[in-house]
Amino acid sequence: MTVTGTYLPAGLPAPAPRRDGLDGPYWDAARRHELVCQRCSACGGFQWGPEWICHDCLSFDVGWQPVAPHGRIFSWERAWHPVHPVLREACPYVVVLVELPHAGGVRMIGNLIGEPRQQITIGAPVDALFEDHDDVDPPYTLIQWRTSDDPR
Amino acid sequence: MRRCVNAAAVAVAARTGEAPVVANSLRGRVAIAGIGESPYYRRGESPDPEFVLALRAILAACEDAGIDPRQIDGFASYADDRNDPARLAAALGLADLRFSNMQWGAGGAGGSGAVANAAAAVATGLASCVVVFRALAQGQYGRFGSAPKTSRVSGEAALTFPYGVFSPAQTFAMRGQRLLHERGVSREALRAVALASYHHAQRNPRAVMRGRPLTPEAYDSSRWIVEPLRLFDCCLETDGAAALVLVPAERARDLAQPPVHLLAAAIGAAYRDTAPAHNAVEYASACFRTLAPRLFEAAGLSPADVDVVQSYENFTPGVVMALVEHGLCEWEEVNDFFRVENLIAPDGRLPLNTSGGNLAEAYTHGFELQVEAVRQVRGTSTSQVPNAKVALVTSGPMIAPTSSMLVGTAEAVA
Repeated sequence: MTVTGTYLPAGLPAPAPRRDGLDGPYWDAARRHELVCQRCSACGGFQWGPEWICHDCLSFDVGWQPVAPHGRIFSWERAWHPVHPVLREACPYVVVLVELPHAGGVRMIGNLIGEPRQQITIGAPVDALFEDHDDVDPPYTLIQWRTSDDPR
Repeated sequence: MRRCVNAAAVAVAARTGEAPVVANSLRGRVAIAGIGESPYYRRGESPDPEFVLALRAILAACEDAGIDPRQIDGFASYADDRNDPARLAAALGLADLRFSNMQWGAGGAGGSGAVANAAAAVATGLASCVVVFRALAQGQYGRFGSAPKTSRVSGEAALTFPYGVFSPAQTFAMRGQRLLHERGVSREALRAVALASYHHAQRNPRAVMRGRPLTPEAYDSSRWIVEPLRLFDCCLETDGAAALVLVPAERARDLAQPPVHLLAAAIGAAYRDTAPAHNAVEYASACFRTLAPRLFEAAGLSPADVDVVQSYENFTPGVVMALVEHGLCEWEEVNDFFRVENLIAPDGRLPLNTSGGNLAEAYTHGFELQVEAVRQVRGTSTSQVPNAKVALVTSGPMIAPTSSMLVGTAEAVA
């Protein structure tokens, strides 16, 4: 699913792929509205954040695998103090740490789209949303989360 | 030939082909002969630049020890301190700089690690008079609590900054929330950490929060910085510097102060504690799980021997986890243990952060905690624990590698 507009205001630092190419496939996939995660081609283990070697079997043959865009809230926070000038009118906002059961339980950070004062429950199911930032150069897409309607 | 204090371990290793387990041999070999601090200022109020604060702390530590600063032959620091030994050695006219060391990574978690590194140099004769210090002027170089002025980020920051996760508070609130969920830690337990620090700061003329006592009501009504952290759960942003002088234990006997002995110092990061982007396997952890048993074993002590603890408080949840992981209380008793009456000198069950620490004295990236541990063993704290013989310092919860140290009286190493 795609978001209309952005959760946080424009002007925050934009993500740029690393110059060494390590995380390029993640950012490219996000542009295609696809969630991917590192998965070792040798042992099948998932890994996040990206690294050049599999921490489980030490193979350098670490690939990328599409992951179902569903997770569970592992932890969360609600930011009230603006630490960046563009956030002065945007607090509070909610950040969630989402555990991905379909990717070996790796965790990813994102915002929880919706009412910022909403009650948040650890363990609640969430679905990924793809937030396009098309009017910046180069454009990028952030993976965001919303509470799932599907009581998995 | 490799010298090893544990011949039995080597014999076992020879049979099994595994690396020998060599006991940490710092115990009783290195003394902290001097302590020094610059004045502590609220952020931006220091009349001196950071380098001058570093010099003031170093010279104060030498004066305290009764050592000519020209005898310094080594420096150790952490957290990418900007005041590097080359500049210091030139500025101080040192004759023979033998040791120049930086503990890598993890910010304030390196404080006791820098002491460990310096002590290793002193114990092995690489150097004989090493200053360990940290100087941090957030007025001059920018607040830790502000987002960096950058338009693009890559690597791990690209996975957090665009979501509004910039500051240490925003980084560690996530772990704190998980702790409260997993372990049922109460808000009152976090509050007790802040109340103890502010209580001790009222007695400490160096503390920037002296004269500003904290009540439970003021804590409860303080603003959220980032849930679950309120204002008073967060460390200060200040200008200041702190330093220790380390020498061989036998040399310390002839110096100005009663020597405070290093009993052990250890550095640690358990399996995947340092995994990027909030993927540490044991997430609701302060990251002392493998370090703490090694620390006490090296010192020949148990957690019950600790008389007073200085525990790095970037944010209060980390202190709860740090004390549990050091074996000072059990998870099941956390909410009962973390009551302010248990945590304050002179009579508390385990007095905590007796100078006010990072929350209420000053934020020298935690190194004021090392200085206060020495004061407690000397018997000169402004919130003294009677007959304190062993003091523990834990550096840097929730970010690894962490480090910890134990210091004690001559009696503690006898």
